[in-house]
Amino acid sequence: MNNSHKIIHWFKYASPQSFYPLAGKLIPWFWALAAVFAGIGLWITFFAAPTDAQQGEGYRIIFIHVPAAWMSMFIYMVMAAWAGLGLALNTRLSGMMAQALAPTGAIMAFLSLWTGALWGKPMWGAWWVWDARLTSALILFFLYIGFIALQAAIDDPRRADKAGAILALVGVVNVPIIYFSVKWWNTLHQGASVSLMKAPTMAATMLWGMLIMSLAFWMYSIAVALTRVRAIILEREAHTEWVKELAEVKGVTP
Amino acid sequence: MSAIIAIIRRDLLLAMRRKSEVLTALFFFIIVVSLFPLGIGPETALLRKIAPGILWVAALLATMLGLSRLFAPDHADGTLEQMVLSPTPLGLLITGKIVAHWLTTGLPLVLLAPVLGIQFDLDTGALGILVIALLLGTPLLSLIGAIGAALTLGVRGGGVLLSLLVLPLYVPTLIFGAGAMEAHIAGLGAGGHLSLLAALLALAVFFAPWATTAALRIALE
Amino acid sequence: MLTATGLSCIRGERRLFAGLDLAVGPGEWLHVQGENGAGKTSLLRILASLSPPAEGEIRWCGEPVKALAEDYHRALLFLGHHGAVKEDLTPFENLTLAAQLDGTVLQEESALQALARFGLRGREDLAVRFLSAGQKRRVLLARLAVRKATLWILDEPFTALDVKAVDMLSGLIAEHVASGGMAILTSHQSMPLPNGKVLKI
Repeated sequence: MNNSHKIIHWFKYASPQSFYPLAGKLIPWFWALAAVFAGIGLWITFFAAPTDAQQGEGYRIIFIHVPAAWMSMFIYMVMAAWAGLGLALNTRLSGMMAQALAPTGAIMAFLSLWTGALWGKPMWGAWWVWDARLTSALILFFLYIGFIALQAAIDDPRRADKAGAILALVGVVNVPIIYFSVKWWNTLHQGASVSLMKAPTMAATMLWGMLIMSLAFWMYSIAVALTRVRAIILEREAHTEWVKELAEVKGVTP
Repeated sequence: MSAIIAIIRRDLLLAMRRKSEVLTALFFFIIVVSLFPLGIGPETALLRKIAPGILWVAALLATMLGLSRLFAPDHADGTLEQMVLSPTPLGLLITGKIVAHWLTTGLPLVLLAPVLGIQFDLDTGALGILVIALLLGTPLLSLIGAIGAALTLGVRGGGVLLSLLVLPLYVPTLIFGAGAMEAHIAGLGAGGHLSLLAALLALAVFFAPWATTAALRIALE
Repeated sequence: MLTATGLSCIRGERRLFAGLDLAVGPGEWLHVQGENGAGKTSLLRILASLSPPAEGEIRWCGEPVKALAEDYHRALLFLGHHGAVKEDLTPFENLTLAAQLDGTVLQEESALQALARFGLRGREDLAVRFLSAGQKRRVLLARLAVRKATLWILDEPFTALDVKAVDMLSGLIAEHVASGGMAILTSHQSMPLPNGKVLKI
């Protein structure tokens, strides 16, 4: 029984009760970092980065597009990791984290599709091209929507968490297969094979801009996910004593 | 092993007693495939070009049709509980059910597809590839579909949700399945596509029953 | 011997019961009583290892049932609200297929005998769909009679049974317990059986 003490200590922040105030303290920091990085990133985007010889000014949208696309894929991985952790260790917080990340991931996927279309119009002369990356991003977006819809359809939150976790894990096995198959399909059909990252000699400023914008997206995603997870904790633990004792809850319910 | 055979026999027996369900999916397949030439026009060259895509998309949708009924009746009458409590591991019983599902929905599609392929003026070689690709691809559809069916078991609006979950996961099957025929028609040889389909099938045989079993246990809690 | 310690169950946001202990040994049976919604069915499902308890542990012959898994299932017969009877199959097919699922082989002879015992002679080859509600339950009882299990967990087994069938079932349970079996059941009726323990939740 000695061991269980250590485990409880180790998992201290895995309990919603202790994570809630911790998240509350962290959120302003992540917002501040997001604002700083976005400020620098946008300055590079609009002022520091040179006008592209071939693509003109329109290319500047990749400073939004590429980070959004990266985040959409990365968040799915993180979501699946939380989901797997939740299934393996049966911690309640893991499911809540996965649920909190899904909408942000879906928004990132949507943003990458949308900016892709905006960028594609001047580049390819069409809003939509069945490019391998765009098609995979579309399917990734569907996977997010499926995850959110499944969780919303199940009333019991614990069952919703577990079912969502299995779906996320199945999805994460499938994402590389889907990406590979779409790429294969694309080459077979000799379609538009213009890559978004074509420019081989990307200027250093452009690379920096993209990296800093990615950091801004990271910080934003963490801040939003933490805010959402706090809301989920309040909702699910509404019947517990510690939630009723919270200052912000006491103020609302007379 | 005897329990798996028992469950396959039972599901086939049940399908025999309710032939209409099996036949509905089959006629859906026939009708959908036959509607395309009416919508597009009878031009042979064009039809030959779009035939792989149409046959595969129709096969996908026809498989979807019966999917929500894969576990729902067993769930409703308590058989699923008994399966969970059986001394035989649940994963094996679920594999049996998926095999039975393929025998009643996938296999008829495989047998019928070449007849429909003639409507699209496909030559014997292409029809052969179609049959092989479907033989590899339709079990894959049953396996992946079973995960979705288990996840949406007893869930509000399960049927629509099921297609939302499963159809994106069908994309690789569709691409390699239809691609095999297209590659053959284009004279590139279908070997690569077929091997990839087989690889996916091997992966799904390993993974899907496990995921389905986990999802079913959650649904029953 | 089935023992459970410190069981608690949460459904939605409501705690149905907590700190529940129970033990059933050979030749004993347990009558779970409680009002509607008290968690009788939930308790039985937890004991059958269908759903995990929020807290607590269940042991079968000293081993946790989670670790035993299939070995526990072999000793267990669970009868829930739904009887796992297929409407499209005949009573005979239902009985033999259920036995195959349980990993046993049921001789045609003994299947027919069990059905006859419960007044289903002459209906062996009629789809269950055409039977009355009471007759459908009798198909289940026949299953109780042919399945060799040590522990019976029965949720409301007397529902939809006529007086004669109630007697038959009580007799069956008494016979099972007398021969060293164990039974846990919920019922609104009082049970005229010896060695009965009562658990109120």
